[in-house]
Amino acid sequence: MRLLKTIVPPLVTLLVVLAAWSYVTRPGGLPSYLLPDPMSVAQALWSGLASGEFWPHIVFTLSSTLIGYAIGSVLAVIAGVLVAESALFERFVFPYIVAIQATPKVALAPLILVWFGFGLASKIVLVALICFFPLLVNTISGIRRTDPELIAMARSFSRPAWWVFLHIKLPAAASAIFAGLEIGVVLALIGAVVGEFVASERGVGYLIGSATVNMNVAVMFAGVIILALFGVFSSMAVRFVQRRIVFWEQPPSELPTGERP
Amino acid sequence: MTVSAAETTTTSPPLVALSGVRFSYPGRSGAPVLDDLSLAAADGEFLAVLGPSGGGKSTLLKLLAGLEVAQAGTVKVGDTVISRPHRDVGMVFQRPTLLPWRNVRDNILLPVGFARGASPAERARADGLLAMTGLRDSAELYPNQLSGGMAQRVGLARMLLHDPKLLLLDEPFSALDAMTRERLSLELQRIWMAERRTAMFVTHSIPEALFLADRVVVLAGRPARVLADLTIDLPRPRTLETMGTPTFNALALELRRLFDAVSNDKAIAP
Repeated sequence: MRLLKTIVPPLVTLLVVLAAWSYVTRPGGLPSYLLPDPMSVAQALWSGLASGEFWPHIVFTLSSTLIGYAIGSVLAVIAGVLVAESALFERFVFPYIVAIQATPKVALAPLILVWFGFGLASKIVLVALICFFPLLVNTISGIRRTDPELIAMARSFSRPAWWVFLHIKLPAAASAIFAGLEIGVVLALIGAVVGEFVASERGVGYLIGSATVNMNVAVMFAGVIILALFGVFSSMAVRFVQRRIVFWEQPPSELPTGERP
Repeated sequence: MTVSAAETTTTSPPLVALSGVRFSYPGRSGAPVLDDLSLAAADGEFLAVLGPSGGGKSTLLKLLAGLEVAQAGTVKVGDTVISRPHRDVGMVFQRPTLLPWRNVRDNILLPVGFARGASPAERARADGLLAMTGLRDSAELYPNQLSGGMAQRVGLARMLLHDPKLLLLDEPFSALDAMTRERLSLELQRIWMAERRTAMFVTHSIPEALFLADRVVVLAGRPARVLADLTIDLPRPRTLETMGTPTFNALALELRRLFDAVSNDKAIAP
């Protein structure tokens, strides 16, 4: 019943959009070099996947996104912990972090490609750089916003500082860190595609770019659909993990009653 | 929990001794919160510190817990001069301050590093405290599944876990509704009578202080001064009926008059 309620309305929306799309691209409607009809996009997508033509591109984009995201995220949490826990580090580094956070990192894409070549390495660096900062800022503010009374409580029971960090500050920051991870995963994909637009021989971004040159609009749309699916599934995956780890921030009815590790 | 045990404690040397204590929060101007304050509590005594909000009551507890350090004077618990957090105290706060990511049992075992870090004896102690506070069936629940009263009971159990000599209670029931508050006062009395520790209970509720304490100290002003020091000679265990007795009412009236005088003072002073 609940499934019916969450699945049916968006499905109706999709059907309406598809119907409108078919209508404007009907014979005698918009020319196919501006907007291809839904069927030819579906055909382009299907033949690209079935012939194996898309797969190297998909694998390339997936690997640069995931590897870069993993590296950027790990570094961001480590750096965030350092900044949040050390006053000295904060005084010297934090103003620059704020400044860089406000800079669009994709502007560095050409430079990074010059430094790291046109292959996978440059995409990984760009992706890591892009998802690093939002997570860094979220980690810092998450740790900083730990309820001071919880810290005072733990101190009153003579808990050492490392313990307070591990068992109070880090869990307290967990939902902020996951919010940063969710922003990061979407940005990571943008970074990978921008890198591929600028210079690449592979990737879904490259696929879209070369389809543009050939005016093959159906393949462009197919590429965009692939990227959209990446984006949706990766943020769903982050949210899934978040619900598992930050279990205490859910309505009480969904909480486990049994033992937890 | 016999009467004779209570009598012997009154003659023993004080467990808590503050003498000539001055404290002001850094960066705040004006008079210090505490100045030249001296106060003692006997071993095994239940001392209620009563006073208006912002009267330095909580600061007093923070000094005893070692969370803050006095700028002058000495703060002693037993033979130890307190200058940092130490193992001799157990504390309960106004809010439950439970870790939402840990179940009730782990929250109670927090002073020894959760169930994993606890010795078998400490785990047994936690089980005993769970039973004593009526939480036996709630050990695996998480804090956001608890009512306010249950959460504060977890706090009471956590305070007692590591066998502290001194219990510090910072308005522990003030966020609860009136009914729960009364029930928890009864429960605290029962727990205290079973455990017989020195307790410092900060509150701004006159009936609560009278109901629970062997001695009520009224603290007010800035810097805070001891305005009154009353011994409450009501027999234990006290019940809800105790609150209706003439002695109780007379004491409550006396304290209320004192309070009125203090707040009038405040209103006149600019």
